[in-house]
Amino acid sequence: MLCEEVTALLPGMVDGDVDVDPEAMRHVETCLRCQAELARYRRLLRTLALLRTRYAEPTPGLLGETLAALTDAAEEGARRTLLSGRRLAYAGAIGGTAVAAGATAALLIARSRRRSLRLAG
Amino acid sequence: MDEAELISAAKAGDRRAFDELVRRTFVDTFTLARRLTGNEEDARDVVQDAYLRAWRGIGKFRGEAQFSTWMYRITANAAATNVRRRRRQQADPFFDDLEPADPRADLQPAAQAESAEALERIAAALDELPPKLRSVVVLKDVYDLSHEAIADELGITVAAAKVRLHRGRRKLRDVLYDEGAEAHAV
Repeated sequence: MLCEEVTALLPGMVDGDVDVDPEAMRHVETCLRCQAELARYRRLLRTLALLRTRYAEPTPGLLGETLAALTDAAEEGARRTLLSGRRLAYAGAIGGTAVAAGATAALLIARSRRRSLRLAG
Repeated sequence: MDEAELISAAKAGDRRAFDELVRRTFVDTFTLARRLTGNEEDARDVVQDAYLRAWRGIGKFRGEAQFSTWMYRITANAAATNVRRRRRQQADPFFDDLEPADPRADLQPAAQAESAEALERIAAALDELPPKLRSVVVLKDVYDLSHEAIADELGITVAAAKVRLHRGRRKLRDVLYDEGAEAHAV
């Protein structure tokens, strides 16, 4: 294997992220150039991991703004819940009224039919 | 109150408990947002969006991971949304085909990679990576999220996450370590 081919595999080989091609591994074992290249990637990963505890300073006031945005969102959510509750109540009332009206109409029609039959008889 | 108690209270709708969780994780979440977006302005939007999503989704948090780890995933997702929005808004292509501005002029090889100066250089080099590559490198190599979690939050396949990671590492290596000087020295 050529150094160029192995070099392309090193970003994945450095932390065992990919199944290492045994031929590439053998090459690295005997090639100082590729060993040095692998060492650079190891150094890169070590340094990147150190960034984990290097904190960025949040913009002043951002925490307060975030908490305020959460309050707004919570209130908006509560309003929506209330509205949808009311909508359900309205829908229930309308539905109930419609059912009652239907039943009344059916009753009236039935009565009117009975009266017509009696008169005919 | 410890974290588990705060989470439990927040799940029951206690806003003050959730606010306390926000306070405890804020710097960490902001730092991740800053690293993912590469600039402060977008980081501000991402961090607010992330906490709003967390508040709305706290009921689904099962507590298997730490709250901060859960926030990492939400922040990654919010940052990905931010990048997509930016991409739509700007004609300026954000993505892979765009070579990042080469900060090599400012970045000389560091003798001590772990020095504060080296950390500054690597942070600057990360900021210069295209967002697609930067997200994966930050989430994997800085925050140690699994490929599966990264793929999940960024809406890509595990294979794509790995390809982006390797490309990102290669770009960082090219920027940070002067091949000419070091390769001949070996």
